[in-house]
Amino acid sequence: MKKLMKGNEALAEGAVRGGAMLFAGYPITPQSEVMEYLSWRMPELGRFFQQTESETAAMFTVYGARQAGMRTFTSSSAVGISLMQEAISGMCAKSIPGVFANVQRCGPGLGFALEGQGDYLRDTRGGGNGDYRVIILAPNSVQEMMDFAYEAFELSEKWRNPVEILSEGKIGQMMEPVELPEFKPTARAIDGMDGVPAEVLLDHENPNFVKNLGDKIAAMEEAEQRWELYRCEDAETIFVAFGLPSRTSRGAVDKLRENGEKVGLLRVISAWPFPRKGFEALPDTVRNFITVESCVAGQVLEDVLIATKRVTKFHDAKVYGLYSGAVAAKVGQIMEKYYAVQNGNCKEGF
Amino acid sequence: MAVAKKRPTLTKDHGFCAGCGHGLFIRLLHEVLDETGYAGNFICVDGVGCSSNYFMATTKGSAIESHHGKAPTIARGVKLARPETLVFTYQGDGDAYVIGLSETLNAAHFGAPITTFVINNNNYGMTGGQMSWTTLPGQKTTTSPGGRNPEQTGLPIDPLQMAARFDAVAYAARGALNSPRNINMAKKYIRKAIELQIRDGKYAIVELLSPCPTDWNMAPVKAIEWIDQEVTKYYPLGEFKGTEE
Ligand SMILES: Cc1ncc(C[n+]2csc(CCOP(=O)(O)OP(=O)(O)O)c2C)c(N)n1
Ligand code: SF4
Ligand SMILES: [Mg+2]
Repeated sequence: MKKLMKGNEALAEGAVRGGAMLFAGYPITPQSEVMEYLSWRMPELGRFFQQTESETAAMFTVYGARQAGMRTFTSSSAVGISLMQEAISGMCAKSIPGVFANVQRCGPGLGFALEGQGDYLRDTRGGGNGDYRVIILAPNSVQEMMDFAYEAFELSEKWRNPVEILSEGKIGQMMEPVELPEFKPTARAIDGMDGVPAEVLLDHENPNFVKNLGDKIAAMEEAEQRWELYRCEDAETIFVAFGLPSRTSRGAVDKLRENGEKVGLLRVISAWPFPRKGFEALPDTVRNFITVESCVAGQVLEDVLIATKRVTKFHDAKVYGLYSGAVAAKVGQIMEKYYAVQNGNCKEGF
Repeated sequence: MAVAKKRPTLTKDHGFCAGCGHGLFIRLLHEVLDETGYAGNFICVDGVGCSSNYFMATTKGSAIESHHGKAPTIARGVKLARPETLVFTYQGDGDAYVIGLSETLNAAHFGAPITTFVINNNNYGMTGGQMSWTTLPGQKTTTSPGGRNPEQTGLPIDPLQMAARFDAVAYAARGALNSPRNINMAKKYIRKAIELQIRDGKYAIVELLSPCPTDWNMAPVKAIEWIDQEVTKYYPLGEFKGTEE
């Protein structure tokens, strides 16, 4: 039986069913429904809901509770995730799992509060001090809000690394029918060390520590890439997008295909690790890539440039970007961009 | 017969909800700025919350947008750079007393030469009425749907009285924006705080209890009654520091 749910509520319920025993968080638009929902849902199930004094405090609460064996969850947006970076960096350093969601807005500083994809580069690169990576899943439907939050706990425990759900204000606000998964356990020891600080396991004195972290990043990079290809057979131009723009891009692909244009879509599901393997799977016919992003200066674009460098057959491909600001590009805008590229009226996006 | 008062030079129509205290505060502030001669020489550092809409309620004037809770620290920087300018923060309770509690108390502790105004409406107005540390026991908010439970989340916080204990704090007072009498008192507090900065470079903090009919789910009239009946039980009005003179 499917249930009609709002994206933010599905995200919250997915975390509940995935095993979150504790939610700690601070209000911020467009994410507040996540915590508003959990403020009654967690106590109803005998679980913990903590409104903290800041996002910094929220993430450090997760940091503590997860080390002591409890599945934990927090969510925020934009500048709120900036305040969490100290704790996220710390969790990566100590190999502490944990799940958090970023229901994005657009723009630096306080930004535009309602929607957007402004945080891609910060989040995929780490964002705090030192080099670390967070596994990032980017839903484009209410069902995926639920599913990704649900599986994120086990994924983060598998790698002993934080996992982020990178969503957007609009996905948080929209309503779609969803299938609800079974409940999973709320506690899981980290490598059998329930209650014992994970630091004991990861020996910082060990001269191989940095190398180990580097090895782990490389292994996650290899194992966790996710993507979806849509109508890419014989394509010459590929749109690359995640989240909401991946849905409007899909619409644009259908329309352009009707017009006989050879286009397809590479939808990025794991924002980190970026799905380089998805590029390997594309046909040799591809000449152009166009990223479609709700930001102001091109963020996914940088990863596409790196991917074309890494996938030999695309060394000469051209990379363009459509940056639609806070609001996801509409089908018409994407088609317009495509024809502008075809007619040579576009500069490459770097 | 009531006499129509002259509109302060800086005031224009604002976009706050009907019955909200923010607009009243801005009106009083602008009157005091006219009276002290600082209407052309002030910088308002507004907090993140409904006070962020300050720029919409003023004809001209200098407002700096801050980040959540950081207004006092930004104001310290502004004052260092512009010692001759009147510098104050205009914040909500969530901004000044929850996420910015550290910034508020640190600025008070060493007597930064700025003035802080806190509009306390016992919830997070701008984001849709979530619980604040100032929310009353039993008060329903979107994150305390069963009413605030003090056993789990404490009793309403009172940083104003904490600040009043710091040596370096020259003035600390709490007023309310809910009746002609209280509004007149509030204006006196605002004026006193501003004069202390202008005259002596001293730190002062003024908190104003303020109705938020929208997020309290109350008619404006009920909201102003509720301040007298319930809010003042936890937030007594008056001057807590600097009554002498
Ligand atoms: C770091 C950060 N976290 C969260 C927010 C979202 N936010 C904007 S206003 C606000 C609450 C404001 O409440 P308050 O200070 O009481 O002001 P009011 O609107 O009630 O006057 C919050 C949580 C933000 N802008 N920045
Ligand atoms: S939400 Fe509350 S504080 Fe904000 S403008 Fe409306 S009444 Fe005023
Ligand atoms: Mg408030």
